[in-house]
This record gives sequence, structure tokens and C-alpha cells, in this order.
Amino acid sequence: MTRINRVKSSLIETDKAINFVFNGKKYFGFKGDTLASALLANNVKLIARSFKYHRPRGIVSNGSHEPNALVEHIHKDYTEPNTKATTLELYEGLIAKSQNCWPSVKYDFMSINDKFSKFIAAGFYYKTFMWPASFWEKIYEPLIRKAAGLGKLSKRNEIRISEKGFLHCDLLIIGSGPSGLISAYIAGLSGAKVILVEEDYVLGGSLNNEIFNISNVPAQDWVKSIVNKIIKFPNVKCMKRTSVIGMFDHNIFGAVEKLKDKKIHQMFWKIRSKKALLCSGSLERLIPFQNNDLPGIMLSNSIRSYLNRWGVNSFKNVLLFTNNDDAYITAIDLISKGITIKAVIDTRENPKIFDSRIKVYKGSQVVNTKGKLSIEGAYILNKKGKVIYLKCDILGVSGGWNPNIQLSCHTGVKPMWKKKISAFVPGENNISTHLQAVGSANGYFTLNECILSSEKAVLKILKDLNFPSIKYNIPSIKKESLEIDNFWYVTYGSKKKWVDLQNDVTVKDIEIAYNENFKSAAHLKRYTTLGMGTDQGKTSNVTGLAILASLSKKSIQEVGTTVYRPPFVPVSIDAFVGPSYGKNFKPIRLTPTHEWAKNNKASFTETGLWLRAEWYAKKNENNWRTTVDREVMAVRNSVGFCDVSTLGKIDIQGKDALSFINKVYCNNFTKLSIGKVRYGLMLREDGLVMDDGTTARMSENHFIMTTTTVNAESVYRHLEFCHQCLWPEMDVQLISTTDAWAQIAIAGPNSRKIISKIVDSQFNVTNESFPYMSCKDVSVCRGIPARLFRISFSGELGYELSIPTQFSCSFASYLMDIGKEENITPYGTEALGVMRIEKGHAAGPELNGTISPYNLNMGKMVSIKKDSIGMILSRREGLANEDGLRLVGLMPISPDNQIISGSHIFNLKDQLKPANDLGYVTSSCYSPTLKSYIALGFLKNGSNRHGEKIKLSNPLLKKEVFAKVCNPIFFDPNGDRLRE
Amino acid sequence: MVINHPLLGPRDISEFVYLGDASLLNRPDWDNKKAEENFYKYVYLRKNVAGIHKELWFHQQGDRSWLVLTRNTLNHEIIKVELATDINKNLE
Repeated sequence: MTRINRVKSSLIETDKAINFVFNGKKYFGFKGDTLASALLANNVKLIARSFKYHRPRGIVSNGSHEPNALVEHIHKDYTEPNTKATTLELYEGLIAKSQNCWPSVKYDFMSINDKFSKFIAAGFYYKTFMWPASFWEKIYEPLIRKAAGLGKLSKRNEIRISEKGFLHCDLLIIGSGPSGLISAYIAGLSGAKVILVEEDYVLGGSLNNEIFNISNVPAQDWVKSIVNKIIKFPNVKCMKRTSVIGMFDHNIFGAVEKLKDKKIHQMFWKIRSKKALLCSGSLERLIPFQNNDLPGIMLSNSIRSYLNRWGVNSFKNVLLFTNNDDAYITAIDLISKGITIKAVIDTRENPKIFDSRIKVYKGSQVVNTKGKLSIEGAYILNKKGKVIYLKCDILGVSGGWNPNIQLSCHTGVKPMWKKKISAFVPGENNISTHLQAVGSANGYFTLNECILSSEKAVLKILKDLNFPSIKYNIPSIKKESLEIDNFWYVTYGSKKKWVDLQNDVTVKDIEIAYNENFKSAAHLKRYTTLGMGTDQGKTSNVTGLAILASLSKKSIQEVGTTVYRPPFVPVSIDAFVGPSYGKNFKPIRLTPTHEWAKNNKASFTETGLWLRAEWYAKKNENNWRTTVDREVMAVRNSVGFCDVSTLGKIDIQGKDALSFINKVYCNNFTKLSIGKVRYGLMLREDGLVMDDGTTARMSENHFIMTTTTVNAESVYRHLEFCHQCLWPEMDVQLISTTDAWAQIAIAGPNSRKIISKIVDSQFNVTNESFPYMSCKDVSVCRGIPARLFRISFSGELGYELSIPTQFSCSFASYLMDIGKEENITPYGTEALGVMRIEKGHAAGPELNGTISPYNLNMGKMVSIKKDSIGMILSRREGLANEDGLRLVGLMPISPDNQIISGSHIFNLKDQLKPANDLGYVTSSCYSPTLKSYIALGFLKNGSNRHGEKIKLSNPLLKKEVFAKVCNPIFFDPNGDRLRE
Repeated sequence: MVINHPLLGPRDISEFVYLGDASLLNRPDWDNKKAEENFYKYVYLRKNVAGIHKELWFHQQGDRSWLVLTRNTLNHEIIKVELATDINKNLE
């Protein structure tokens, strides 16, 4: 393989070529490349089009701060828009393409926007699309939608596998540059548990971009040797390709790790550390001047990194524009590789002389550039005020450095302006001293300061955490300095000067915002979009603020920054989602008889987390209604059974258990004797109904309470609240036994026959010895402990039997066997629902959180002679009105007229408008018993309106049904069948 | 967030369920002339504190303790964690 445009670098393996495709064309790079470095080596400068004006754009930087080189990365498993070419590690077969352009990056149709840029400057959305109002929905919005957006979603069903995890350590070190490596080394020696996190796929940070010597070896080699020592510490975990995206309350950091060559594509880590060091370094910033966005205009330091780390030397004629010393290091490195430095244009009158071979234009500025799809030359305004033209193919810009302080601000600490280095550094941390910035992230830009500040900080931390003091060797670096001129932008010229390349924000836009009174940093951001997007203004934000400061004649500290919020780098939503999507979105709870039901052709429905059998269709039944009607009639005429284990079961024991129960239910429980069950209505303290159920007294101090399925957890939580927070002096213990016991309802006129066959012979279940609302500890099937309750939801003679969960499936088969003669029929939730509506039992749709006991016709049940939760407020006006909503039954005038739940109730002659609304329908079904559709609902003054005709209206489905109001207990209102 | 459970040590927030102001511990007397007004205040009126706040959390995915946290709502610092059963009921 020929190595075009490459020089030697220890971080590029030129014997390992990697093929990739960009915009449909094949190229190759090497192991160690990013997409950006490989494209640069292949002389591809035009990478993308800009967001708003669709201007041609190239690579600006070498990392996650890249504003321009955003591509669509087409991985075999997923497509990711807005991938930064500068962080995308090259792999064999990589496919990527330009975005924001059509039909191609070279000939982009939308670049016409650039010609109209005068009309679409800052705030144009707010001004342009105001009128006429009718245009918004039909014209403006579709147009904006089509043009807007950074990148596009693939709309494929992507498979990116994400997982989540926790990590714990004594010291978290964020960044593996010089500060991070020194800190990890010293902390590693001390025995502290350390996590070293690096965004890049190699450790070393900025040192990988350099060729100077540390301890007499080249920087990259020094990195390798210290990394080799660090990775050998068993107490240090090094995580590459991992971005810390935020610092959260209580010392928790979020981090996203990209996993290469593994089954999992990414991990979302929550890292909890005792202390943390921010070694995130700093990023170079741009200087706005006219046409400073052409491909080929890059950050000076990034040019150096492409040369030194990635060995790219596709640069021929380089110009550098700087306000500080750092650009000279780039110049010297380029010269050492034989690349021509045309000149360094320095804004300073008297910069230090670094190398006599470099032509320096002192006190000068780049004021404009030339070129169509990439830079061809630049116009220089020299000290004497003359504009001269210099040819170049690359223009490096160095506008100073911004420490990466974002994480230090996430918990609310404001950054601090340091005039000497023209940069923000982390503010005084008055909330927690947990995270400490060192090195360049704290404004110590020279290597010497970097290492000294890190050493000092890490030793202090180790001492605070009581780790022993240790001996160590770190290099001593000679003192240097980095001088920066306080120069922010070129004022010369009136053409576009880009501040924020990603969002196409120019100096002019900032001026417009300022003139239109958007003068605070936060307003400026919202009005111009400065600092938004995937790079969050890492190369532009501070520059924009400095321009605002100079316009408003304030100091930069006074102007301040916008609030930095997580995430530090873009995170795809699936990282937060992890595996919790699709069928894993929430856990699925299976009923104890699930396997049996599956084998018996049950169809299942979701109720909360539960999967419950809804009906058991027979071979010749093609319609669910046929099945459900059959199941209902089987219970009404003979016997059926149903798994009702999903109802909450709370075991309550203790000397004060009965008085406790009497306080949490609003109806009286004091007279509940041993072996008896009672219906209980539970209120919230505001007097509305929370839940209902039954409570059985098994022995003197032992009770079993049932709750509705949906409230099983919240009722349990509420009872613990009542006990622990309100009446801790009561002797009572609570435990949820929902999962421990399977509960099978066996109901129908023949149910006693079945029960007497399964309950062991020593237990008497005749009507006399075990009447309605009885309960008893029994055993079944020769010795299996069980609890028998004579309660009924269906309205038939019925029992509920609790057996230990593990016997449920074989018990269901057993029931089918012994019930053959009675044609025992398993029934599902649908038949259960039909029968409860026929009996007028309130359930989930009725207990909707707005309903008082009076609404349920249970007002008189609330005992006012005792203290119970909700009693006082349940008597409030509005909840206890005589003419308030009452639960009623509704029967359509013509029986086959289906009533829709949610329909509203109106008087026959009233107009359908909210003022005439009399209530609503909560539950409806077809009743095979009554051979009619029926429904339950709440109707104003409903108890006094039985027999009246009303109309039920559902404007959504445009359906109106005439119906008669009736007793909500449609079937066997006196309950004779229960007691048979 | 991490809650330092008095019995179980530091636990992740995902194990807990939040209820609200710990003034819920001071349930009024039902058998009082002003019961209705007192209950109205108890149920509906809350101080919206910017600063030190006492509040109730339930260790749902844990030992099912109700905890009273003293938390600074300005910076989420948790100053104290107590078992509700241990608390002196004369909270403000």
C-alpha cells in the first residue's frame, strides 16, 4: 500500500490498511485513524454543508468539539446522523456520508439559502412567520420542517444494544491527558480504587499531539510507558471510548462507554466516587473574520495533532493566524516535517520570537479568505493598514484556549473569568468539594503547571481519604509560559464572520440580537442559537460572549455564561433506555396458573404489569364474544374457576391489628369475628375512595386483606405509612403475600360440590357450617395448606381458595378433572368483568380517584363514630351532596345497542353541551345473562332517577344511545344466590 | 441521588418512592371541633421551602421503611435521614 500524505507516527499502524467508503467513494486509511484523519490524508476537505446556509464546510478540529464535520454513519446494525468525523474511529468497511446537502455535498440545492442570508439572520423565524396566521399550518411549518434539522433519522428499526451499570471508586479521573495520567499513576501507587475515563480510543490526551520530549523520550513514548504502569495496577480501571456526560447530585457521574467488537454497542454507567478530578483539558477557539468557514480553515492545534498523532501531511502551504504563543509550536512541528509555513499572522505587536525561519506578520489580522469549496488564500491586514493576499491550502487559527469546565458547572457552580488567560475556569465550589479541576481544565495551560497542579491535588485527596503516602517518580518539566492577547474577533469588513460554525451564527447576528435588546447571555443564545447543537459551542461560546461583552461595554465576567447542562457530548436516547424497550420496557408478571392457561389456549391481556388470561376460546369459537358469553353462562348455570391471584394480599398480624384495620377502612370492622370476612372501603385522607377489598379474620390477631390488582403496591405502601408514620405505637406487622399465595375463584351454583371434593374431609363446608362471608384455614388434596374464603365477585355461590403458588398449575388441571361432571369451565378476566358489571361492583374504571363513597352509594357506610383515614374530609360539601353523582345501571332501550364507555349522559331534550352534562359511563359490556348490553356510570342525582330515560352521547365516535337508568345491581339484587 | 438509609447504608434513589412533606406525620385529632379545618390544612397546605425541608421517602425496593429526610432543596444535600418510627412527632 502506498502511503500518500503520511509521515511516521507511533499511533498510526501503516502496515494495517483499513478500507472505508465516504459519499459512495472508496478510500483507505490505517489502524489508528479517525474518519477525519483518513479523509484529510486522502485530501478530502469538503465534508458537509452547514445547517442554515448550506455553506461548504470541512474539518475544523480533532475531537468532540467539532462543529462542522458531521456525517451520517451507516453501521451494519444502525445508522447514526450527526456523527463527528473527528471522533469516529476508522474500522474496516466503515460507510459514512455527508449530511445537510442535496443532491450532493458539492452541488447542494439548499445553498441558495446563503444568497438570501440577509433575510434569514438571527430572529428571522420570529419575525417572518408571524403572519398571516393561516399560513402557518399549511405553508410555513411544512417548509420549515423540510429544511430544518441536523441530519436525518434512518427510520429503520435499529438494533443498537445498550446496557446500564453502576461503578464505584475512591477517585474518578476524567481525562487521560498529562493531568489525568499523573493523577492516575500517583493514586494507583497509593492503592486507592481509581477509575480513569477517556473519551478517546487512546490514552494520553493532548500529549499524543506533541513531539517534544518528556524525560528524554518523545511525548507519545512517555505516554506509553506511564500507561503501561497504570494499567498494571489492579486497583485502577482504565475506560477508553467513555465520555463522562454529566455530574449529578450526590457525587454521581453519568458516563457512556462505546464498546468495540462486542455484542453490546454501548454502556451507560452511573459512577459513584468519593472524589473526582476533572482533567478534561482545554480546547482551542476560533477567531471570527470574513469567510472564516471555508474548508481548509482549521484550529491550529488540530493541524498539529493531525500531523503528529495521525501522521497526516496533506498540507502544502500553511498559514497560521494567532493571538497567542501556541500557534508557533504548530509552525515549528510543521517545518520539522518539511511543510511550508507561509507565515504566522499574529495579532500581537511584539510576540516572542520562536524560530527565525518563520515569517511573522506582527500586529496583523486575517481579514478575509478566498476559495469556493476550499481555501485558496487569505487577505491579511498588516500593521501598516495595508491588505495583502497570501496563497495557502490550509489556514490554522488559534484564538486562545477554553478550559473544559462544563462538568464543574453541572451542580450549579458558576464559572469564573480569569483575565490573565482570557478564559473561564471552574468557580469556587461552595456546594461540595467533590470535583476538583486540575491542569489545563483549571486554566494551567503549560505542561509544567499542569503536572504540578495535578500532583498537588491528588496528594491532598489521597491524604483526605487516608491512603498512605508513597514514593513516586514524575518528570520535572521546565517552566514555560503561554502568552495570550485579549483579541476576540476581526472588526474589519462587513461580510459574514462566523462565530458558531455549526449553527451558522455570525458576528452580525450577535449585533442584531444585541440591538434588539437580547442582551443577556441566555437571551443571546436563544435568539441566535449560538452555542447550541451537537458541539454545544465548545469552539464558539466564549467568543460569542466576548463579542457581546464588547458590544455592551461590560466585562466578560459580568456578561457571564449560559448555564452548562448535561450531557457534555450528545448521547443517543437508547443509551438511557438501555435494554428497557419493547417487551423489556417493564417487567412482565405471570399469574401462578400462566403455564396451564397457555396450554389451555388462553388468550392473554395486560393488566398493569400482569399478563392475565382474558378468555379460553374453544376450537369452534371464532368470536371472543361467543367465548366470553359461554364462560359467563357456565358460571351462572354450573361452575367455573378463575385465577384471581393478581389481587393484592396483605397479611396483617399483631395485638392491634383489628384496631389498625378499623382505622384504615372507613366502614366499621370492630365486630368482625374470627372466621369471617367483610367488605372494606378504603379512603384517602382527602375523603375520596382509594381502594376496596375484603379483609378476613383468620384468628384473633391474624387478618388477610385483599386489594384491587392495580393498587396492590400503593395500598401496601399506604398501610406502612399509616403504621410507621401515624401510629407507630400500634402492635401490628404487615407483609405483602401477593406472590406467595395463588388465589383461585371457584364460582357457580355447583361450586360447593367441587369445593367439598378438594377440601380434605375433616373440614366441613356445608352452607350451615361455612356460610357466606366465612373464612377458614383448611388443607386440600390431602394435606396442602390452604385458605378458604366464601366470597364472590361473580354474584354466584362462590369461593376463593388460596394455595401455595407452586401448586397452582397442577391444581388447575386437577380442578378440570374433578369438575368434569359439572362441566367446570375456566374463565378469564373478560367474563369476570361481565359478571362484576352485572352485579354492579365498582372496579378500576369506577375507582378513578375522583369518586367519593357517596358517589358509590356507600356514603352511609362511612362510620362517623370512629377515626379513620379520610372520614373527616369525605363529609365535605361537594363530596357528599344529595344530588351529586351516583353509581347507576344503564340499559339501552334496544338491547343490542352497544354503550360506549366514556360516553356522557344527557337529558333527552337537552342540547349536547358541557353545561348539560349529567355524568358519564364508566364500564360497559354485553350481558349474556340479561341478553342485553348494559353499563355502569355516574349520573347526577342518579339514585333518584331509576326508571328514567336518558341519552348517552359519544361525540368522538359520533354515537348516541338511548338508555334507561336502573339499579346498578342488574342481577340478583338481593344477593340470594350468594347465600344458597 | 443517594440516600443514606439509617439501617442499610447508602442506597440508590431508584429504590425509593417519594411522598412529600413530613408534616404528614402530624395528623390532626379527628375528635375536635375544628377537625374539618385542621384536616383541610393537613391535606392541602404545604410550605414550599427553598432550603431545609423535611420529607417522606419509602424504601419500596428495600426494607419498606418510611424515612424522614432533611434535605436542602437548593442543592439537594441530604443533611439527615431518620426512620419515621423513630422521629419525635413534634415536627413543625
